[in-house]
Amino acid sequence: MATLRTFGRFLLDTLRILVRGNRTYFIWVGFLLALIALGAWAYIGQLHQGLIATHMRDQVSWGFYIGNFTFLVGVAAASIMLVIPAYIYDWEPIKEITILGEMLAISALIMCLGFVMVDIGRPDRFWHIMPFVGRLNWPHSLLAWDVLVLNTYLLLNCFVVTYLLYCAYTEKHYVKNLVLPLVLLSIPVAVSIHTVTAYLYNGLAARPFWNSAILAPKFLASAFCSGPAILLILLQILRKTTKLRITDAAIFKVAELMAYTMGFNLFLTAAEAFKEFYSNTEHVVYSQYLYFGLKGHNTLVPFAWASVLCGLAAFLLFLVPRTRTNWITLNIGCVLIYSSVYIEKGMGLIIPGLTPDTLGEIYVYRPSVTEVLVAAGIFAIGFLVFTLLLKAAVPMMLGEFTHRKNGGASDHPEAPIPITTH
Amino acid sequence: MTDELNPRGPHEPCDCEGEGSRRLFLGTAVAAVAGALTGCGKISREEFLQHNFRELSKDEVNSVIARLEQEYREKYGKEVHVGNEPPLPGVIFGYALDLSRCVGCRRCVYACVKENNQSRDPQIQWIRVLQMDKEDGVDLQHANQYYNPEEVPEEGHFYMPVQCQQCSNPPCVKVCPVGATWREKDGIVVVDYNWCIGCRYCMAACPYGARHFNWGEPHVPSADVNPETHYLGNRPRPKGVVEKCTFCIQRTRKGRYPACVEICPTGSRKFGNLLDPKSEIRYILENKRVFKFKEDLNTKPNFFYFYGV
Amino acid sequence: MSPLTTRSRSLAWGLSLLLALAPAALRAQAPPPPSADGSTPEGIQVPKPPFSEGIFPCTNCHDGKTVKLNTQRRQLKDMHEDIVLKHGPASRWCLDCHDAKDRDKLHLVSGEKIDFTVSYRLCGQCHGDKYRDWRVGVHGKRTGYWNGQKQYLLCVNCHNPHSPHFRPLKPLPPPTPPQLIQGTKGGSR
Repeated sequence: MATLRTFGRFLLDTLRILVRGNRTYFIWVGFLLALIALGAWAYIGQLHQGLIATHMRDQVSWGFYIGNFTFLVGVAAASIMLVIPAYIYDWEPIKEITILGEMLAISALIMCLGFVMVDIGRPDRFWHIMPFVGRLNWPHSLLAWDVLVLNTYLLLNCFVVTYLLYCAYTEKHYVKNLVLPLVLLSIPVAVSIHTVTAYLYNGLAARPFWNSAILAPKFLASAFCSGPAILLILLQILRKTTKLRITDAAIFKVAELMAYTMGFNLFLTAAEAFKEFYSNTEHVVYSQYLYFGLKGHNTLVPFAWASVLCGLAAFLLFLVPRTRTNWITLNIGCVLIYSSVYIEKGMGLIIPGLTPDTLGEIYVYRPSVTEVLVAAGIFAIGFLVFTLLLKAAVPMMLGEFTHRKNGGASDHPEAPIPITTH
Repeated sequence: MTDELNPRGPHEPCDCEGEGSRRLFLGTAVAAVAGALTGCGKISREEFLQHNFRELSKDEVNSVIARLEQEYREKYGKEVHVGNEPPLPGVIFGYALDLSRCVGCRRCVYACVKENNQSRDPQIQWIRVLQMDKEDGVDLQHANQYYNPEEVPEEGHFYMPVQCQQCSNPPCVKVCPVGATWREKDGIVVVDYNWCIGCRYCMAACPYGARHFNWGEPHVPSADVNPETHYLGNRPRPKGVVEKCTFCIQRTRKGRYPACVEICPTGSRKFGNLLDPKSEIRYILENKRVFKFKEDLNTKPNFFYFYGV
Repeated sequence: MSPLTTRSRSLAWGLSLLLALAPAALRAQAPPPPSADGSTPEGIQVPKPPFSEGIFPCTNCHDGKTVKLNTQRRQLKDMHEDIVLKHGPASRWCLDCHDAKDRDKLHLVSGEKIDFTVSYRLCGQCHGDKYRDWRVGVHGKRTGYWNGQKQYLLCVNCHNPHSPHFRPLKPLPPPTPPQLIQGTKGGSR
């Protein structure tokens, strides 16, 4: 009972942190809220008109939304990149930033679910896909699997993050026998969300571009570059703006791991390209459309090569110790990796998978204004969730904000709340 | 299977007591919110809570059909009959199309649109006719759906109409996350338009481009609405769901030929019972040169292409 | 299915006319059997042969009096000059198929006289493979019931016997390309 009361206070106090902050914080949150409002407005238009408000059509039936979904599943999965060394090898420098990775995963997953929701034609029938309530076509449908693993991963991360923060708040050491199994469980689940998402495309014999066994490993490799790329930049911002201590060693270690995964990712890309272009079967048209254009349609070509070149440049930057440990080149590398994977796992995966369509027709898909605005809104939701999580978590992690020192992180400390006896 | 009672009972009579009334209220409230959210704003509680067609009891099916007929009456100002004929025993439908005879006139496309109440705007057409070069053979990268000469057939070309191939091993059914599409005992792959969530995974999975999505609110002029419909077939569809060819389920389960067979001026389209050794379709399979479209994908279509000459 | 006499055939025509005139609502309730204009002696439901307007029966003119029988191969000038014979060898002409003595009939090579409704037997003399396919429903068109009564089209319904090549058709409009499918009506209709 007492625990429950403390937990209630924990939630209340968390809320209290969230509504306080400096000017930058409010401008940032306000900006995100404005973007969300814009996205919501565009989405209402889409609901009213139907998905005809997008530029998806029968020929290209998935587009920008599902592209972003796929990319963000990778970001979510990548948090294990940090969890594995932290918990298995007990590698201290990374350990404290693991919780950041998990919060990133939560935000990414929320965006994933958002992108799926805006993509479906009948969001009012969402309950049909809910286990037990609706009728989940499990185990046949990979989308049913995806629903299960994504939600499991989301719940797992939510629980671990909440529990760790709650422990910090109550100034108790977390129960290792509880956290460790959950964290260990989250590793296969993280791998599974990305594998299942890859299989979702992989299993479609109708789409030769996706129907390649290399897809799932490639998903994992690219995810392990893009997720940490976002995190590395965030870590640097946090170091500057908060009292959070993140060592250089931790950052450089992550960057080194990224170099290997990026190298592997590039190797897989090359393997795929070799197979397609050398064997030169009728299935080569999709890769042709992506890299060289087909029948005069070459919208994707500059993006495809930008992705390859960015990946290559970032790989070199992260491979060479001097450029990896140089803050400027490190950050350039992060941006390059992010761009590379965003193109590759987003539009660069979905669009050539569907173009030419199954009857050979080429429909040049470009996202509509509605799609861009709705996507911006969903990204804003993700960033907002992450911002709020960070806002609450950082002072708790620093021990500045506990049940005794409530408000210690804020500018105006309040009278301490009496300590509850456990 | 069809008679399996749904334990959640969204269609139990409105006994406004205890648990029932609470669920009723919740259902109405959620339906209203969902309706408002989807921009339709007119989803009834019954429609919102309707369960998968295969899980409905006979009574539930009847009430769903009555509701739909009422809805169509209001929308189109005329009686629309929604049938629910089950598969005929001992029947698996097969279809064969004579590539040596099709001239690509597209009569089938429009007969299908009319028979099956396909949206005129935004345009939906279940049959796509591909014009191909005789020189290249069946090569989709050289196919053209948009040919429009004064007269067909054009020199040096042949024509290959493509519609749902009613696969025995349908990838679209396998991938549907909610079981909104399935293969009936007579081999017809159907969609429950009231259960489909519109995720379009089936469209990605179909190798034949046979599945079509209602991107906008479908529009069929009232005068053109075919009032003889089937729940799993040509009844008017809502926005945001997937639809496809059903071999004119509303006709063929009553013994009639599909509309595309009856309209074809060249007699290229053949239809019948694969289990009947004396049927036209069996004769073709046994005596003509037949191929299955994209046979390597192991979808096992019950739609065959053949060369009559 | 017993062979029908000429009288019962005309009865069938009359019935099909009645059915055609039946109110649409009635038809919507229960679709009628396919309207067969005629039935062959072996019971195949076939439509009326596609005669030009008012040309049949031929004996209206070819009664042996109004128009005298002339078996001379020649270019027709006074009548039927619109018929261009593009069917088989150049030596072929009218009376190879049309019976000289009974103009309302055709005749086979054997000399057997046949009705126009069974003209397929005449065609089948040369086009045996097509005839065989037609009889099993593979060549040509059938309408009606896949598990019941069917109506066949005669060879001559699609192939003009004087110029049998299938006539080219104007295709119906191509589909709207995806980039032109737009939500023009600003939402829900």
